[in-house]
Parts: sequence; structure tokens; C-alpha cells
Amino acid sequence: MKPTDIGAPDYFHKVVDCQWACPAHTPVPDYIRLIAAGRYSDAYMINWRSNVFPGILGRVCDRPCEPACRRGRVDKEPVAICRLKRVAADFKDDILDRLPPIPARKNGKRIACVGAGPASLTVARDLTAIGYHVTVFDNGKTPGGMMRSQIPKFRLPDSVIDEECDYIVSRGVETRLERWVSSLRDLLAEDWDAIFVGTGAPRGRDADIPGRQEAAANIHIGIDWLANVAFGHVTSIAKRVIVLGGGNTAMDCCRSARRLGGAEVKVVVRSGFEEMKASAWEKEDAMEEGIPIHNFLVPKEFTHVDGKLTGVSFEKVRAEYDDKGRRSLLPTGEPILLMECDTVLVAIGQENSFPWIERDIGVEFDKWGMPVLDQATLQSTLPKVFFGGDAALGPKNIITAVAQGHDAAISIDLFCRHKHLLDDRPSPLANLVSQKMGIHEWSYDNQVSEESRKKVPSKNLDKALRNIKLELELGYDLRMAYAEAERCLNCDIETIFTNKACIECDACVDICPTECITFTANGEENELRGRLKAPAKNHDQALYVADGLKTGRAMVKDENVCLHCGMCAERCPTGAWDMQKFFLKIPHAGTEVRKE
Amino acid sequence: MTYLAKPKLFRPDTPKNALGYTRRDYEGAISTLCAGCGHDSISAAIVQACFDLDVEPHRVAKLSGIGCSSKTPDYFLGNSHGFNSVHGRMPSVLTGAALANRDLIYLGVSGDGDSASIGIGQFAHAMRRGVNMTYIVENNGVYGLTKGQFSATADKGSKNKRGVVNSDSPIDLVALALQLGASYVARSFSGDKEQLIPLIKGALRHRGPSFIDVVSPCVTFNNHAGSTKSYDYVREHNDAVNRLDVILPRNEISTSYAPGSLRRIVQHDGSVLHLRKLAKDYDPTDRIGAMNHLQERHALGEVVTGLLYVDSSADDMHRHLNTVEKPLNQLGDAYLCPGNKALEGLNASLR
Repeated sequence: MKPTDIGAPDYFHKVVDCQWACPAHTPVPDYIRLIAAGRYSDAYMINWRSNVFPGILGRVCDRPCEPACRRGRVDKEPVAICRLKRVAADFKDDILDRLPPIPARKNGKRIACVGAGPASLTVARDLTAIGYHVTVFDNGKTPGGMMRSQIPKFRLPDSVIDEECDYIVSRGVETRLERWVSSLRDLLAEDWDAIFVGTGAPRGRDADIPGRQEAAANIHIGIDWLANVAFGHVTSIAKRVIVLGGGNTAMDCCRSARRLGGAEVKVVVRSGFEEMKASAWEKEDAMEEGIPIHNFLVPKEFTHVDGKLTGVSFEKVRAEYDDKGRRSLLPTGEPILLMECDTVLVAIGQENSFPWIERDIGVEFDKWGMPVLDQATLQSTLPKVFFGGDAALGPKNIITAVAQGHDAAISIDLFCRHKHLLDDRPSPLANLVSQKMGIHEWSYDNQVSEESRKKVPSKNLDKALRNIKLELELGYDLRMAYAEAERCLNCDIETIFTNKACIECDACVDICPTECITFTANGEENELRGRLKAPAKNHDQALYVADGLKTGRAMVKDENVCLHCGMCAERCPTGAWDMQKFFLKIPHAGTEVRKE
Repeated sequence: MTYLAKPKLFRPDTPKNALGYTRRDYEGAISTLCAGCGHDSISAAIVQACFDLDVEPHRVAKLSGIGCSSKTPDYFLGNSHGFNSVHGRMPSVLTGAALANRDLIYLGVSGDGDSASIGIGQFAHAMRRGVNMTYIVENNGVYGLTKGQFSATADKGSKNKRGVVNSDSPIDLVALALQLGASYVARSFSGDKEQLIPLIKGALRHRGPSFIDVVSPCVTFNNHAGSTKSYDYVREHNDAVNRLDVILPRNEISTSYAPGSLRRIVQHDGSVLHLRKLAKDYDPTDRIGAMNHLQERHALGEVVTGLLYVDSSADDMHRHLNTVEKPLNQLGDAYLCPGNKALEGLNASLR
């Protein structure tokens, strides 16, 4: 194998699995260390810069970071990254004076953002900070978009949304609320320098099966029903409720129904339990509230008497996979199963919908009704119109919307300055700084905690189920937060090898607790992976290879289960190993391209 | 300055041996030797050898004297018996222990000071008596604990860290062991575990006195130009006579070698030593030849390594003394005090 180029910013970025997995590339270990140090405001600001809504995401993020967490590969469970983010938000001081100043002199450019969800607000934050005049349009009374209308209050209270939206809209962003944008043509006529579309995926998919029309009074589309609950239009539900669908919206529906009087709530999914789209922890939360999940059942008919829903009939299926791994659900031939109920919530997916965008103004759509975009710049075929969030590439999650907001803001800024959207795009800045303080002393806590993951305390369930606005989780207290923060392996403190200093004494090989390091003859990657001290079977994780040693062998380190404990560097007599902190600064709008 | 213990987090595919132990189960406390000390590599090699051989930790007794090397038994086999003796007296304590309980595996760990200076008499007599043990000398040519004076194994003409030339003749413990009757004699290098681990495995499975001299560079006091015990010097002058593989009776032999290149030696317990020849015409069962080869190559400044001599049919001290089969602590009162009648019979036989 060729020696690893550790100068490439992506190399160590990938080693920080959580940061790599985060769409907004939040420097996770960095803020977790600050939480352990009791510097909650600093931890909050690191988050705020990257993901804009730390308090919100600390409660409801889809947390792609946690399945990626290295701790999950050497311990039973990953670090509770998401809930540590909430700790930073819960225990911070007033941070208003830390927010970047809004330039008093504007640059004269006017940007319209349609929708006041996470993507639009991110664009607004990034662009107002560098002198743009941003106007946000939304039909709601308050900003927040789907974060406010779709997520139940017992998971995300309004106060948290208000606070974090306020950091943006109260600082130089013009809002035009309760204003429905019904025509992009009209908006274009208002002569904006650029328009950002962040309208989400507002249409819930319907279950088009017999009985749907007849029993319509007792059948609701999940996201619409959730919005009605969020805004207080719906305050009760019948006793027996069936929720169709297996995504996170279905989990929010069933748990909301449970709190509004649904004594017998059940979730029914077409797929198997394991393949459900909902995150594992959301399924667990639902089941802990006494909601059973029935799987491999395809709804066939809504049964009804006199226009009143009486139940849903299901066909039992099993999953079969073809050679290409595609799944098909085949009937098992068992008799049709009838489940009685009074109300059905349909949460089987969301779709994009752009009835307000005229098809003859230059914004092209593909055959699925999605806008044709440049994936990197998020620019549409009409140069001044940009998309982001669920509206851009289909329904994903808040953190993806934020990341796309950042990208779109960069594009809009470049566009307004007549720069090339790809060639002039700023690249991330990576930095490595030694953490050595003395013999066996590092500026990070390199002792690896052996504690297991802390469960977030919550309110008494009986009490919580009686009030839909009562936030269920209490969040970590400071003692638990510290213990959980200490579980982080500090994957951003990298092992840096200097071949010229190495005397090949094997001290690092002998001390490494997970047997990551091998000195051996170099070879082709697959073959080399097999003959390391501990075979490197995880091909998603890189091998760090260095040559130029006196014996002609290569140093090969398997990054997969490195605990970043620094023991190799502590036992190295010549300083050939050093622990250096990798910091990646992801560019936001206004960052200049480095001149080489 | 703190020494953190190794975290107890394991990689998910951590291998286990036939007893269900991981390699980590054979480790001891965290080492307090200098970073980069060759002795730590030898400890790691002992850990690996015991793991590979499925050694039950409670069946090992590790004994040592005084010195950097003699500290190391604290750093491996944390669940085995241990005895840290007076300086240079490890061999006699080990001999006594071996007499009392022949069921244990005896591992003596010593250094060049402990064995070649203060304890050379003890070393010599343990070899002579044929004690069934593995005797490892971690040989760095200096007294590390007293700041790096030449030890008795430092080569004549080699330089210390401050440039002083050694004028005394060296003691070659391998040559002594060969002469005094060790039946398994090897030399290796702490920086070459591929060679060292099989040599330790072979020694642990050998009956009779096994001696391994391991050149183990002292990174603090003896790893400079002019030293003949430095990483660089040993790597440049390492003259291996053979490569050993230890094949246990339960293992299938799957490798094949060109005829004449492999020597198979079956030990008393059925384990097989596979020796791949590196030096032409070197015969590891020829004691006189081994001594000659050693002297010739040493005169050229080479460090001869490998399994230098093995006598797979050797007897040990118990056989020489015709001792009782059972360990003393298992004999029981009735056997040890057979009563008045037996005493009278014994007395009568002497009249």
C-alpha cells in the first residue's frame, strides 16, 4: 500500500466517525470535552456554529453520529452524543453576546427564503451575518416550520424552538409570517437577488384502499394530524387507534395518540420490525409507553358501518429477497386479519409538492416531481433559485436540512458576488496540534472510561401520558453528563507517526490495548489486512500506512478500534508517535478560498 | 507522572485460546520501565507464548532476582505464582520450588547483572543440575538501574553512552549454558518477536534446563553508536542459524518445505520443533559444533541467534535424584509419616 497521506483533510476527518457521519460535520468530540470541563456555553457555541439548533437537535436529532460512534464498536453502546448536545443547551449561560455581530452596513443584496424551517433559517443566519438582507416567508404564525408543526411537544417544547429561532430572526432577519407564497413567478417579479426554497415535504402519502372515502371522518393523514395537535386544533382522539406506517412520524403519531386519550394504540407496518424506517430509540420509546408494533401486515381495507370506521383488515406477508437483494412482500396465505379500531392515522411517508412553482419559469422538475438541482451547489435550473432541506432532495431530517442550508448559503453568496459556484467554493481548513504537555501528560483526558451508557432520566410515565405538552425526558443532570461525556474516546485526537524517529522497538505494538499497530512487510491492502496482529476486517475503516523504516518494514495501523488512549505515544521512547488534535473548520458563507 | 492501566475495552473479534482466555488475560500490571525498553517486548512475547500454548496461569511460577529485568514478572502473567528473590539468587529459589512441586511450569527471568555478575555461581549450578525450567536472561549489557555502567556481558571494545570503551572480556552466557549442560539453548532479540515467541514456546514445552539469552536494548543507557547491544547493531549483525515453529500435538501440520531445508525434532511431550535452516550445515543437536560456531561468529562481531542446541531426550533433576512423582504438598500425612513400624524397619535395614 502507498503511505497514507495524512495531510489530506478527509483522512483524519473519517477517523472522527461521528463528525464524518454528521451532515453538518459538527466537531463532536470537541464539544463533548467542553461539557466534561463544565464549559457548557462554549460547547453550545461550537454546536451553534455547525448545526444552528443545538437545543432542538439535542432532543430530536436523527443522530447519524451515534450508529457511527467508535465506542459502539468496542463497547455495548455508543456515546449518547445527541443528549449531550442537550446538556450544552440546558446548562449554558446567556450566549447572546457570543453570537456573531450583524454588520450594520448591508451589502445591498436582498435574499428571499420561502419557508421558515431549519434550512431557510440556516440560510438566513449565515447570510445576515455577512451583510445580506434576508426576508423569510412562512404561512405559520411563528418560525420553525416542520420542527414546530410535526414534532410533538412532549419531545420538543415550544420554548426551545422559540429560543433558537429567535437567535436568528431577532437579529436582522426580516420575517413575513402568515404569508402564503402562492406563486414563484410573482416572487421572482419582486426582483430578489436570489431565492431560497425551503418548503419541506409538506404532503403526507395516503392509503388508497377500499373504505378510505367512506370512513374518511375517522382516518387522518399523520403529518396533518400532528400539525393540528401541535397547534391545539385537535385535543382528543378515540379510544382505539391504529397507526399505519413504520417511520418516525408513525412513532410520533402513536405516542401523541396515547396522550390524547388513545388507550389502545397500536402500530402496524408492512415491513419486518427490523427494517422499519423509524430509529431504534424511537421504536423503544413507543413500546415503553405500552404501544405494540405489529409487522408484516399489509392493509387491505378500511371496514365501516354507516360511515363510521370499524377497523382495518390486513393481509399477512413475508419478505423475500431476489439475487440483487431487492425485497418483495409475498402473501403467506393466512386468513385476512381484522383489527378493530375507531380511528386510523396514516403515516406511510411524505412527498414533495410544489403547486406554487409555475412550470414555465425556468425551474425544471424531473419525472418524480423533484426540482433538477446541482447536488453540490443546490442551484436549480433557474440560476437565482436555490433549494434546500426536504424540498431539495426529498424528506430526510433536520440536520440534513441545516447542512444543505449552509451549502445553499455558500452558493447564494458566491452567486451574488458573480463567482463560480464550484471553482470558487471554499474548502475546509484542517489543523493538527500536538496535545503533549509532559511525560505521560496530555491536554485531553486520555484515560478511557469503562462506564456504560447512561439512560436519560424521564418524568413519571403515568403523569407524562396525561399531558401532551409535558416534556417526557428530563435530560442528564451534570453528574450524569460528566460520566457520559467521559465515555467519548476523543477520536479527534489523532495518532501521528513520524517514520524518521522510529527505532522499531515494538513498545507501541506491545502496549496497544486493541492491537491496532503492526510492523510488517508492506503489501497489497486486502492481503495486508489479513496478516496484521489483529486482522483488520472492517473495510470501511482506513489503514494508516507509513514506510521509510530502517528494517524496510511498514508501520500499519488499523484505525477501526483505536481507543485514542495515547498509550502508543506514552510508550514511544523517541516521540515517533504523537497525539495531535485534528480540527476541521467547515466553511460557511463568506469564507474566502485560500490562495495557494 | 501517572501510568494509566490499559483500558478493559476489547475489539469485538478478540481471539480466545482453548481455555477461553484472551491474550489480555495473560498480561500483568502496567510496566514502569523506560518507554521503549526491550524488556517490555520480551514480556509481550511471554504473554503471546503462554496464550498460544493454552497455559493455565495458575500452573506457572515466575521467579526473578533484582534489576530492571527482574521487575518484569510483575508485567506479565498477573494470575500466576511469583517470587522476587534476593539479587542473583533466583536459580536456587527456583531449584527449591521445583523440587517441592514438579507439577508447575518454572519460568526464571533474570538479567545480565543478576545472572552474569552477582548470580553467576547460582546460574552455573542450576544449569549443571538440570533443573526443569525456562531461564530467560534479558541481556542489555549495562546496569540500567544504577545509571548505565558496563555489565559483565558487555563486549570488549564497545562504548558506553559517554564514549568510555569497555576493556573487560565479556561473559557469554550461551556458551556457559552449553558447556554446563543446558539441554535447550537459544539466543534471540527483543526486537524480533517472530523469532522470540516460538523460542519461548519451545522452551516452555522442553523438559530439562532451557536457557534463552535475549539481547534486549536499553533505550536509556545502551542504544547508541558504539554499543553492541543497540537496536541498530543487533539488527545489522543478527546471524540467525534457523527459524523455529513449535507444532503442538493437536495441531495439523500443513506447511511443506523443500527437502533438506527442514529439521523436525520431537520433544518428550509430543510437541514438534520445526527448524528451518538458515545457516548452511548448522546442526542444532551438535553441542560441540554449536559452541564452535558461536565462537567463530562472535569473533567476527556477529550475534548468533536461533535455537542453537536442543537435546530432546534430556533428563532433568528429578530423574537424576529419583525424587517422588507427587508434589510434596500433595503427599499427605500418612505418606510422609509412615509410622513407628516403618521407622523400625528402616533402622533395622541399616544395622
